[in-house]
Order: sequence, then structure tokens, then C-alpha cells
Amino acid sequence: MNISNLAAAPAREVDFAKRVFDLAKKSLRELNQALHHLTPGSNETAWEVLNPKGSHSVAVGVDQPISVDVRGSVGYYCAGMNVGAAITVHGSAGPGVGENMMSGQIVVKGDASQYAGATGRGGLLVIEGNASSRCGISMKGIDIVVHGNIGHMSAFMAQSGNLVVLGDAGDALGDSIYEARLFVRGKVESLGADCIAKEMRPEHIELLQGLLDRAGVTGVKPSEFKRYGSARTLYNFNIDNADAY
Amino acid sequence: MCGIVGLFLKDKALEPRLGAMLSEMLVLLTDRGPDSAGIAIYGATAGNEAKITIQSPRPERDFRGLDVDLAKAVGAPVSVAVKSTHAVIRTNSDKVDAAREALQSLRPDIRIMGAGEAVEIYKEVGLPEAVVERFDVRSMTGTHGIGHTRMATESAVTTMGAHPFSTGADQCLVHNGSLSNHNNVRRELVREGMTFETENDTEVAAAYLSNRMAHGKNLGEALEDTLSDLDGFFTFVVGTKTGFGVVRDPIACKPAVMAETDQYVAFGSEYRALANLPGIENAKVWEPEPATVYFWEH
Repeated sequence: MNISNLAAAPAREVDFAKRVFDLAKKSLRELNQALHHLTPGSNETAWEVLNPKGSHSVAVGVDQPISVDVRGSVGYYCAGMNVGAAITVHGSAGPGVGENMMSGQIVVKGDASQYAGATGRGGLLVIEGNASSRCGISMKGIDIVVHGNIGHMSAFMAQSGNLVVLGDAGDALGDSIYEARLFVRGKVESLGADCIAKEMRPEHIELLQGLLDRAGVTGVKPSEFKRYGSARTLYNFNIDNADAY
Repeated sequence: MCGIVGLFLKDKALEPRLGAMLSEMLVLLTDRGPDSAGIAIYGATAGNEAKITIQSPRPERDFRGLDVDLAKAVGAPVSVAVKSTHAVIRTNSDKVDAAREALQSLRPDIRIMGAGEAVEIYKEVGLPEAVVERFDVRSMTGTHGIGHTRMATESAVTTMGAHPFSTGADQCLVHNGSLSNHNNVRRELVREGMTFETENDTEVAAAYLSNRMAHGKNLGEALEDTLSDLDGFFTFVVGTKTGFGVVRDPIACKPAVMAETDQYVAFGSEYRALANLPGIENAKVWEPEPATVYFWEH
């Protein structure tokens, strides 16, 4: 007897039109579940979210290479843990935008509140306005490009990746930094412990040009930036500092 | 967490809607604090009349005949408008101290929420929606106001532990954060003769501001002083008879967003609180800087 398994699989709804999701009519949970149910090869590659009105956790945990346009300002943790999606906030973002991003791209057209891109491991976060305090705190491989200024304690304990700031940086930039690279075009209010200005070598000019290109920044030359990074004096315990503890 | 809001109207046409707008802002932040909520509204002033907002655990007993008893005690006309557990006493402004003193003996269980020419303060345990409903805050008219929804960390969930805290005549304070040196500051203030109703850290901040102002500082200077003398996390929003102010500690962990248009200046712990304000799409929206005092006045 032949055994076959020809039971018809439900035909996948083919929908090339943009999926529009209105948060005034549907819940945030429905949005995020719909995004999480996407599978590789899905045709639903373009999403638009209306009326976010400061909602928390909009489009967190997306793991497919789709685009999501959020029309308005969002609250905490928008686009956190992103894997591969291109998420654009057409407004400002609350605390923790792009937290722990793995890959993909997040663009915030307005400002971002504190700890933008915190602990991010990969991908590109572009903030077209200003970012607040603790931008890139504990970053671990993410690239962050801020068109405006960043607040105090940015890149605190930053481990790897690149933080590019076209404007100014607040107090204690790069405190206790490991191997992340910081490029600031404007003035730095103060450097944190173990963070120092470093020479811009040709490889840094090239790296920075690549980051500016990816972030769509034009009319700005890498040579206008200063580079900051770790003096590496905190890597090992120094017995001479024992009195400080 | 806690959620705080503030709204300062520039456009007189919005004044009849102040209570409704501020209520909506506060209700939108309900999930930042489910324990208790409160609101301070600055309404119209009437000549030399002053208002004292009082609260009683047994309003039926305490508010009955209070107007007559109090008028006799202070020797001036007194009216008492009851709203649930609270009531607003109106009398001549030079009789406020006498009325406060008389209340202590006439109705010892009554607590004073605040006093001044313009301010009324309502606060209770419960969700913001329940609190604004209970005191019919939505129908209130005014020029500016502040509100708070509390997630308690430093002291018990009680009416007196709710915000706003009065800091002096027509002055009050709401706080998001927690102070770590409030016990020390309280001890110092007690030595200077100040009295406290609760173990709450924010009450200490309020008393601290009153104390600085009693030493001749203006509110702006007193707020500046908090940056060096108060340790811990804070975003404060303060209301005065003619304006409101905002200050954040230098670390500025506690969130804050502001919006300004030709019609108003608004404060919210989050943008959500501001999202339904008129003209917000074109408002100037920004995050107040750490360790910076902001102030608006009529």
C-alpha cells in the first residue's frame, strides 16, 4: 500500500501590499504576535504601524528581514532585540530604543531618550535627532550614529562596536570603556574614567566613512571627528590603586 | 516607578478643560503606579479669600457643622465645600493660620492637604481613574496643575503618603524617584522645628523646599539647592500660585518629557501622557536636561 501525505497544506495568503496595523484599533500584543509569527520567506515584508502614541515595546523581537514603519512617537524599548528587520520610527523614541539589537537597522527620525542601543550586539541604529543620557551603554558590537548630541554617561562600559556622534557629547563619555570606538564631531563635555582621545589613523577614517555612508549622512567628512577609546589602564588590577577601594 | 504630570496653560480658552486634560494625562500613566493618585489644581483666586483643602478618614462625622464651628472659632465667615473624603474651606486669607489651629482642636482627625489662594489638592489610595472620578477633577477649571500616580517604595500606601505634598502656601510637589538621605534630612529639618506626617521621602523633599524658602530663597533657588542636598533619584514637578517648575537629579534615571505650544507647557513621565494633547503633533517636545531647573510663570 502506498502511503502518501498529500493532505493539502493551507494555502498561504499571498499579500504583497503593506500590512497596516492601527494601534488605535488593535492591541500592541496583536501587533507583536503578528510580527513574531512571520516565517522565513514570508511575503509580508512591509509593515506600517499607526497611532503608537508612546506605546511601549513596539515591534520588539522581530526576527525576519522585513521593514516596519512606525508613524509617530513610541515609548520604552521600541525595536528591542531586533534581528535583521529595518525599523523606522517616524517620531521620537522613549528609553531603550533598540536595546540588545542583534542585527538589522533602526532609524529614529526624531530624538531618542536614555540608553538608546544599550547592550546592542550588532546592526545599525541611526538617531536623526538627539540621543539622551547613557546612549550605547554596554554596547557589544552595535553601530550607533547620532546626527545630534548625546547625553551624559554615554558608552559607559562599551565593549565593542562604534558610536558616531555628529554633535556634542555630555559628561563622562566612555567611562570604563573596553574596546568600542567613539567618534565625536563636536565638543565632549568630559571624558569618563579610562577614556582618552586617540589618533585618527587611515583605517579609522575608512571605517567612519563607511558608517556615515550606511547611515545616509552626507556633507560631513570623517576628518572632522575625534576618536576616543580605552586607555586600557582598568583592565588589570593595579596594586597601587588598592587604597582607593 | 510612579508617574507624574504637569500642565501649565498659556491659552485662557483651555482653562475650563484643565481638570479634564490633566485627568486624562494622569490616567494614561496608570500602569506606572497603581497604589494611590493625587492632583493639585490651581483655580481662580477671589480677592482676599483663601482655601484650605482638608481630608478626613470619617468625612460624615468631621465635615458636619464644620463651617459653623470654624466661623465661630476664627470670627469670620467660613464655607466648606465637601468632595468625598476631602473638603475645601474658604475664608479670609488672614484667617488661615487661625483656622488651621482651630481645626486641630475642633476636628483632630482632619489632615490638611494644602492651603493657599489658588490651590486645591486631592489625593487618595486607588487608581488614577478612581481618584479623579471620586473628586470630580474632570470638571475643574484652572490655570495649571500637577498630578501623580504612585508606586510606593519608601513608605506605606496611605492617603497621606500620596502625592502631591504641600510645600507651603499655594506650593506643592510631586516626585518620581526615591531619596536615599531622607532620614538624615528629616532629622535636620525636625531640629529646625518642622513637623512631618509620614515616613515618606517626598514629604521630606517638600519640607526641605519649604524650609529653604523660609530662609529667604525663592523657589528656583530652593530647587537648585536640592541638587546638592538631596541624594537619590528624583524628578520633581512643583506648582506655585503662578507657575510650575521641573528639576531632575544629575543622574536623571527617572524619565521626563516636556511639550510646549502656544497654548500650554506640559510635563509627563512618558510621552504617552502627552500624546492626546491638542496640537501635540506640532509641539516642541524635548527631554529636560539633568540638574537643570525649568520654570514657567503666568
